[in-house]
Amino acid sequence: MDLVQMQKSLQDYTKSLFLEGILDSQFLQLQQLQDESNPDFVSQVVTLFFQDSDRILNDLSLSLGQQVVDFKKVDPHVHQLKGSSSSIGAQRVKNACVVFRNFCEQQNVEACHRCLQQVKQEYYLVKNRLETLFKLEQQIVASGGMIPAVELGF
Amino acid sequence: MAARDGGVSCLRRSEMIGIGIGELESPPLDSDQVHVLAVDDSLVDRIVIERLLRITSCKVTAVDSGWRALEFLGLDEDKAAVEFDRLKVDLIITDYCMPGMTGYELLKKIKESTSFKEVPVVIMSSENVLTRIDRCLEEGAEDFLLKPVKLADVKRLRSYLTRDVKVSGDGNKRKPSTPPPSPSPPQLSCTTSMESSDSIVVDDDSLTLSSESSTSPMDSPMRRLEMKSLPV
Repeated sequence: MDLVQMQKSLQDYTKSLFLEGILDSQFLQLQQLQDESNPDFVSQVVTLFFQDSDRILNDLSLSLGQQVVDFKKVDPHVHQLKGSSSSIGAQRVKNACVVFRNFCEQQNVEACHRCLQQVKQEYYLVKNRLETLFKLEQQIVASGGMIPAVELGF
Repeated sequence: MAARDGGVSCLRRSEMIGIGIGELESPPLDSDQVHVLAVDDSLVDRIVIERLLRITSCKVTAVDSGWRALEFLGLDEDKAAVEFDRLKVDLIITDYCMPGMTGYELLKKIKESTSFKEVPVVIMSSENVLTRIDRCLEEGAEDFLLKPVKLADVKRLRSYLTRDVKVSGDGNKRKPSTPPPSPSPPQLSCTTSMESSDSIVVDDDSLTLSSESSTSPMDSPMRRLEMKSLPV
């Protein structure tokens, strides 16, 4: 695949993530913060997000797995994940966290278990997609090309 | 107190270098450069806010808690009050929801201090709760930003800092201010103007940004609801 094709693939792939609602405009905000002085800013922040989220999801599984669920422990975790996913533009993860928090408030253990599954699903989805996106970017850079600016017509 | 080493900015050296955030040890503060103290318990948010501020030419110290912030400012009670002649903080921006000390509590402590009560304090929150916003403004917060914070928000903060680095705390927290002279966007859904935050009725998803007001020629600090644009 030549450079131009790769760049087009990247653009199309990125667009699809927005169209599917996996990413929202906050991701574009992050891209605006990337420049020659900080060429890997987005992937670095996202990597931190992954590390943070892995930890939180682990803690959540533990907390929800207790005999008696302490919602005072569960809710702050979900709040944290909601915040960080919102900050990087992982819209569906954020939305799943919003639902999760509502059930935390109601102290509905079963619903919370379902929510955790949903959050995990959305998280793994965005993780997978972003990792693919970064790989595409790396291929372009390795071929001596530049990452095209995202142009969204919607 | 070595206020500018990596120990205060709560990113470990390896983290900061790993993410290429830039120089770790700040050179002596250029007196013309705006220095911002950013407080947020979320690592991801700290990194983003730090980058947002740096890209608008601010010098940034990022800490992960209210206690660390007070420590940095020399306001914590354990230490004797020391005069930090060179400690220049032009703006403090803090998250609201933090474990231990909330941003609101930090705000109060700053406004109670003699050395830093004139420093503008901006609160950030992911939750759009009117009573929360009101409470912060009443306590002397300069501004309230809804998370996720955007470049336009930071640019706007920056603009009123260059105009007036030390904001005079005149106790008049609800000064009505003329909205910036820019075209209003089509999607503005609030029925009232932004001068009086009392009469605005909002729900979580219907706030819109009135403008990119970074060039607003205001004389007084604006104390108004910050609106966020709807995601594209």
